[in-house]
Amino acid sequence: MKFKKTKKISKKNKVENVLHPKKFKVPKSNDVVDKEPIKIEPESLERHDTGISKLNPANAKTKLAKTKLEKEKAKFEEGIKTAARAEILNADGAGFIKLEEEDDLPTTFLKQHEICEAVDIASASKHFELTLPRYGPYRFDYTPNGRHLLYGPYRFDYTPNGRHLLLGGKRGHVAAIDWPTKKLHNETNVLEGVRDVQWLHTETMYAVAQKRWTHIYDWQGTELHCIKHLHDVKRLEFLPRHFLLVAATNTSFLHWLDTSMGKLVNSFRSSEGPFNAMTQNPANGIILTGNGKGTVSLWSPNVKEPLVQMLTHKGIVKGLSVDTTGKYLVSTGMDARLRLWDLRMYKQMQEFKFNSNIGEVTFSQRRSIAVSTGNVVRVFEDPIIGKPTGSPTLMYTCRGLVTNLQFCPYEDVLGVGHEQGFVSLLVPGSGDPNVDALFHNPYESKQQRREREVRVLLEKIPPEMITLDIIGLNRVKKDEPKEEVEEKDLLGRTFPKKKKQQRDPNQPWSALDRFRKVE
Amino acid sequence: MPKPQIRVLSRNPDDYQRETKNDIFKVNRNFKTNPDPLSHATEYVRALNAAKLDRVFAKPFLGSLDGHNEGVHLLRKHPSRLAMILSAARDGQTKIWHLPSKKCLTTIQAHNGPVNGLSIDEVDGDMFVTVGQDSQLKHWQLPEVIETSLSEPIHSIPLSSVPHSISHVSKSTDFVISGDGISVWKLYRDSPIRTYELGHNTTHFVKCNPIETSIMAGCSSDRSIFLLDTRQKTPLTRVVLKLRTNTISWHPMESFTFVAANEDYNLYTFDMRKLESAKIVHQGHTAAVMDVDYSPTGREFVSGSYDRSLRIFNVDGWRSREIYHAPRMQQVLSVLYSMDSKYVLSGSDEMNIRLWKAHASEKLGPLRPREKAALNYANKLRQKYQQHPEVGRILKHRQVPKSIYSAAKEHQIIKESQQRKETNRRRYAPEGTPFVSERAKPIVEHGFEK
Repeated sequence: MKFKKTKKISKKNKVENVLHPKKFKVPKSNDVVDKEPIKIEPESLERHDTGISKLNPANAKTKLAKTKLEKEKAKFEEGIKTAARAEILNADGAGFIKLEEEDDLPTTFLKQHEICEAVDIASASKHFELTLPRYGPYRFDYTPNGRHLLYGPYRFDYTPNGRHLLLGGKRGHVAAIDWPTKKLHNETNVLEGVRDVQWLHTETMYAVAQKRWTHIYDWQGTELHCIKHLHDVKRLEFLPRHFLLVAATNTSFLHWLDTSMGKLVNSFRSSEGPFNAMTQNPANGIILTGNGKGTVSLWSPNVKEPLVQMLTHKGIVKGLSVDTTGKYLVSTGMDARLRLWDLRMYKQMQEFKFNSNIGEVTFSQRRSIAVSTGNVVRVFEDPIIGKPTGSPTLMYTCRGLVTNLQFCPYEDVLGVGHEQGFVSLLVPGSGDPNVDALFHNPYESKQQRREREVRVLLEKIPPEMITLDIIGLNRVKKDEPKEEVEEKDLLGRTFPKKKKQQRDPNQPWSALDRFRKVE
Repeated sequence: MPKPQIRVLSRNPDDYQRETKNDIFKVNRNFKTNPDPLSHATEYVRALNAAKLDRVFAKPFLGSLDGHNEGVHLLRKHPSRLAMILSAARDGQTKIWHLPSKKCLTTIQAHNGPVNGLSIDEVDGDMFVTVGQDSQLKHWQLPEVIETSLSEPIHSIPLSSVPHSISHVSKSTDFVISGDGISVWKLYRDSPIRTYELGHNTTHFVKCNPIETSIMAGCSSDRSIFLLDTRQKTPLTRVVLKLRTNTISWHPMESFTFVAANEDYNLYTFDMRKLESAKIVHQGHTAAVMDVDYSPTGREFVSGSYDRSLRIFNVDGWRSREIYHAPRMQQVLSVLYSMDSKYVLSGSDEMNIRLWKAHASEKLGPLRPREKAALNYANKLRQKYQQHPEVGRILKHRQVPKSIYSAAKEHQIIKESQQRKETNRRRYAPEGTPFVSERAKPIVEHGFEK
């Protein structure tokens, strides 16, 4: 029987036949996979770089240290590239107003109802007005013209995740609302004048600076604490990462209260006179106050004097606001000017003139500026990146004198508190479109809120760490060169000076070098 | 009039909220954000918390193996069975323990008098050899499951002199007995295949190198450590220290490194090739160091001393990483580092063997992935911030019994005074006087006289 001669299958062919039988054609790699990886912008690399580019392994003293540092640096750089590539996952999409043709009316004259018509129902519902007339037979007041019954000028506060709104009227009306769903948590009258309101670390507690003392309430309205030490408070600020409630009083005192422990960290009298404006720098927890002389002072609870004093205006400082990165300060004063400052160098960057008296000012997350002049609110584009044209992108006239302005975080909404109540305006392009749920989550559930509360409490930054330059914290302190002091023995004689040994560069370095004779 | 294009931020809540109770929560991240400006402070606070939690969870004592009637001066681990430990006491009893249940599997009256040496062979691991003060060499069975009593040895050989220690040659069934001299034996032979006469001194300890199979190190009563090679007739080299060395342990990875537990309260890591000075001096104990054992990773070792404490050292550290003590634990005579590098055992004079965790705050058992990630993060934070004064202060602090604390203080005063006097002497000493480093100080002589 003849045996058929089989073809000699080379090793190469053998493998191919097993893995890729002729029946199934494997598509060529060119079709499926991109030849080039995704391009990374250099700015995104810079953004994610926390300082590793400054590390130079060549400066290491030993070879072992050099190789170790090189490896570490390579690891970090790989991490930065991965983080930069991951940016593509961002569901970007900030709001905007785009004009179709050039001869259209500028956006300044856009009415709120026009904006509401142009957007979807959910966004349109974010614009609402709360006209708060007299609320009960036993307490009322008339304006001088006798036409409207006032519940007082309103001050308000948004929670850091932009979900809940707290209103406080001067006549004592305090209301906590979940404003996107219009759900009312609680509404009371504290039967005393309310100067300022502030949410604490979650939406379950808030602080109300009443005429006499400061009270802390539960979101159901139950009074939890009455803090007698914080009396006659004009303005309140809450530092969420430090759990510090800062109170500026009419008697020019500043108090820092740790709300996690109930301990008063510091309270002292500033020799500045009554405070007119107060804000916090979210990047380092420093409090900025403006006084009647036109100076802005930067305060830390560790020092009784202001850390920095800036001569900002030629009149009373009316409004202050710091952006979320802590780099820029915007201030308004009685000299009808709006000034933009660089907070690192304490230098003025820009100046805007106004024709009438300016009131409040505030920054949004994307650095839009909202200014109030009397009844009118004007919103300007980002003056640092955008063109400082001087004409606002939006204007709105309120029913009463504006007392408080605040942009809602993560929404294109500006809240305005005025004499007749509160209004929520749509300002396209002011909110940060990307929410990082590990920091602030507007869609928090009860469980998530509880977990966050515990985590934030554990990571509470101690008040001793509130400084101007917080990044210096994990830098290595370089030793100062020691001064050469002549040593003397007990009888006052100086020790014989030893000549400095000059090391022969050809000889290998050894620990016994200093004990070799100098030739 | 054409209306301008307006877009306002509008989010779909379904993208941010979970659908059912059984899903995990959705966490949307912002990948483009500027780094959190308070991240440095937050990281520091986290590191501080991690350091504090490390101390809160530092509960190393797991249990004690009770049963011996005399001080436990020998502890041996089985090379392949993780759960089995052998211990020998001064009354001649040898016990085999099952670690997970902390129970004694069986007790053997091995010798009439103290058991001087115990060694398990690596090849099969089903038998072990003991030598006793009664000059007997006995081979015993060591089955995996102990059903029958092991009271009778397989083989028993009388020796001509009192043996002091026994060690198996690595990867072989041959073993080495030390006493009067060093003798190399083959399994089941009645007489040694080779003997080394090393003078009048007794060699009270011998240990074979786990990597270089022909090299062994021995400690003799003339305060010397000598190295032998079975391939040659004369010893390789030796080093004489100021005080006697009690035990030696070879590094499991580096064939030329060994650590010697000395009577002068220190441990010395030597490089076999350069015996003129020790590589590292491990300080901390306040009485003679009795036993030392390396971790199988080769990164740490544990030492037990006469001052009733155990210390765990990093291989390159002069100071100990950890100290374990118990109010009822008397002089620690033997120590063991388990083969999974998680546990440490100490046999002490009050007839107890104690089981400790090697890393005091480690969580044992299977960890959930998030738990593991969180613990890894905490470990890394502690490592990063250990030089920071506040964090380091918490990490380094150990509560120590009063006797050790006051003895350590006294030693420190003595040391400082000696250093000060040395500095003063050197000021007026002629230029060019040699400087004796701390590593070379305990060495009296090295090498053989020519």
